[in-house]
Amino acid sequence: MASGPSTYTPSNGFMRWLDARLPIVRFANDNLLSFPTPKNLNYAYTFGAILFYCLVIQIVTGIVLAMHFIPNSALAFGSVEYIMRDVNYGWLIRYIHMNGASFFFIAVYVHIFRGIYYGSYKAPREILWILGVIIFLLMCATGFLGYTLPWSQMSLWGANVITNLLGALLGQDFTQWLWGGYSVDNPTLQRFFSLHYLLPFVILGVSVLHVWALHHVGNNNPTGIEPKGPQDTVPLMPYYTTKYYFVIALFTIAFAAVVFYAPNLFGHVDHYVEGNPLKTPAHIAPEWYLAAFYAMLRAIDFNFILDSKVLGVLVMVGAIGILFLVPWLDTSKVRSARYRPVFWWCFWIFVADYAVLSWAGLQPAGVVLFQTGVGEDGNPVGFSITHLSQIGTIYYFGFFLLIMPLLGLFETPRPLPDSIATAVLAKKKGGAAAPAGAASAPETRV
Amino acid sequence: MRKIALAAAIALAASATAPAIAATAVEPPAQEWSFDGVFGTFDRNQLKRGFQVFREVCSACHSLKLVAFRNLKDPGGPEFTEAEAKAIAAGFQVPSLDDTGQPTTRDGILADHFPLVYPNDIAAHAANNGAAPPDLSLMAKARENGPDYIHAIMVGFHEAPEGFTVPEGAHYNEYMPGHVIAMAPPLKDGQVEYAEANVPRTVDQYGKDVAAFLMWAAEPKLEARHRLGMGVIIFLSLLSVLLFLSYRRVWRNIDH
Ligand code: HEC
Ligand code: HEM
Repeated sequence: MASGPSTYTPSNGFMRWLDARLPIVRFANDNLLSFPTPKNLNYAYTFGAILFYCLVIQIVTGIVLAMHFIPNSALAFGSVEYIMRDVNYGWLIRYIHMNGASFFFIAVYVHIFRGIYYGSYKAPREILWILGVIIFLLMCATGFLGYTLPWSQMSLWGANVITNLLGALLGQDFTQWLWGGYSVDNPTLQRFFSLHYLLPFVILGVSVLHVWALHHVGNNNPTGIEPKGPQDTVPLMPYYTTKYYFVIALFTIAFAAVVFYAPNLFGHVDHYVEGNPLKTPAHIAPEWYLAAFYAMLRAIDFNFILDSKVLGVLVMVGAIGILFLVPWLDTSKVRSARYRPVFWWCFWIFVADYAVLSWAGLQPAGVVLFQTGVGEDGNPVGFSITHLSQIGTIYYFGFFLLIMPLLGLFETPRPLPDSIATAVLAKKKGGAAAPAGAASAPETRV
Repeated sequence: MRKIALAAAIALAASATAPAIAATAVEPPAQEWSFDGVFGTFDRNQLKRGFQVFREVCSACHSLKLVAFRNLKDPGGPEFTEAEAKAIAAGFQVPSLDDTGQPTTRDGILADHFPLVYPNDIAAHAANNGAAPPDLSLMAKARENGPDYIHAIMVGFHEAPEGFTVPEGAHYNEYMPGHVIAMAPPLKDGQVEYAEANVPRTVDQYGKDVAAFLMWAAEPKLEARHRLGMGVIIFLSLLSVLLFLSYRRVWRNIDH
């Protein structure tokens, strides 16, 4: 699995005997200890390790919660409160699990944006990237399913909104099949719980494939240049493992600050009101990590060939779907945004755009941000959350469909260093020592 | 230039987690709470007074079904003595079955939860002009700015402004979203006799006390959480320093 020849030599007779039959120690050695890793990886590259840490936390706390949780629409809300009040340290386990989902997504967003910044999806890492997008999709599904379990107003009505969306695309029969009845009710909760328990293990499986693909092709790095030999790499252990421990400790401090001092920071107050199918909440908001997609859905408030509702769902699905195509949409030969002056700007605007969309997705759609007048009904009119979301949606898709393909043709990249080792030395000298050899001309595609 | 763009991106990203714009609600005035901040703890006397207000006034209409009488003596709460908690429990009638299996009621014991006020939702609606009094166990977490909001509702009753019509049987309240509330003003000055002589007997004070009590009811493990968090964060900070040093030491001979 690991790239390069194995460095393992069994130390005694038993290890040689085992190695000939099940080379598990060799496997661990090659992948976890001696795996050659570029020596210039920065802190953005530690988030993969953080993500494994998050997954383990969610699985462990989730299994304990599942021992006390009751997946029944009449009892679920009370059982979560029972966990909070009567289970030993139940409040801690639930707050870790609930906020763990948010921190998991913070980490995955850093990880994904890192991948875009350094062009980590480019050949030969397309499969690695696609496996990552699949994990992200599974995470979105798991987070959504988990959010429905406490059966609060937000759980119930969030489940309603999302299942009805799928219904808009696939028909009422599909929705009823999904619900297991004629509305979001007990059968829905029970199957959502079953799937919420299942999907993290699917994520674990896909993550193993993801790392397999990574270790087959090797890490990308901030220069975007492949390592050219041992002078460019260090073994994973102890160099990166010590770095991971340090970063994981820092991450845990931030996580603990929220769990202990602001456990409901990411939540919505209606999540503490028991679900009531007869009472629609004034404002249904998704969790923050799905809010950008929700904003793009609501941005489509007009019909265009298709009905606005169907179109909105397509846009939302497309927003994730387009990620699968990124390796082929980006036409630039240069991987790292470090050497792409125009892409650098487009990238950071894209990050800001995603943040704005996430914010917009949490607001009531009609809120007017800049009032220009008063409508016939006496309500303010002007630039609203919907308009903001529309602009955000245009940039989101524009980034992938226009900027990525076109920049590769027109942008003049900065000169690339010869190798990781020269880049590191140049940085050490404190100047951008102009590396020899690399031409500075617009990329041409013939 | 790059730095500015980066800072802007981070600021925007941070604003994405800002709380949602409240639709029509008036922001309740922020109060000072003993449980705020990382060292915050409940004020036992305030919780006891708040319980008294709840018991004498609110419990006529509102239930507190997630709280058990035994919780009243738990550490980190009002910390009534066991005998006091038992006496409080005995003052409530809870549903039971008699020797022939017929439904009846009996005096509460420590293991019981606060009983429902109305047998069901329909009865609750019927008795209150069509608006059921919500259970208060989680009220302090179920509204934006929970404790501030509960206090504000208590002091927010007054005459409706010119031109605002309040429906029959409802009341004007400045802080209720939409300003119309089905609850009649539950408190008036001097209504609850506190044992402590130096505590004002005003709606404002009753409101603060009952809001603090309801915060405890919603978050009974708050003190344990604040305390444990301190230890965890101090431990992790020291650990991070050690891990940072070991990381630097491992890399000391490598250019990177
Ligand atoms: C006479 C019955 C009655 C009494 C006594 C009473 N309430 Fe209420 N309360 C209600 C009703 C009815 C509602 C529902 C109001 C509505 O939905 O418009 C309500 C609603 C509330 C709400 C929720 C407002 C919201 O945002 O939905 C709070 C908080 C509240 N009461 C607190 C208290 C407190 C604290 C006390 C004791 C000091 C108290 N109530 C005493 C009947 C009562
Ligand atoms: C990818 C990993 C996971 C994510 C992102 C995730 C996310 C969530 C979220 C957002 C909630 C709602 C929390 C709340 O609002 O109260 C939740 C609840 C829950 N999860 Fe998970 N979860 C994960 C893994 C697991 C696993 C592996 C299990 C069980 C083995 C599990 C069991 C539960 C249970 C029982 C609840 C309901 C109790 C509660 O709401 O606190 N979860 N999950």
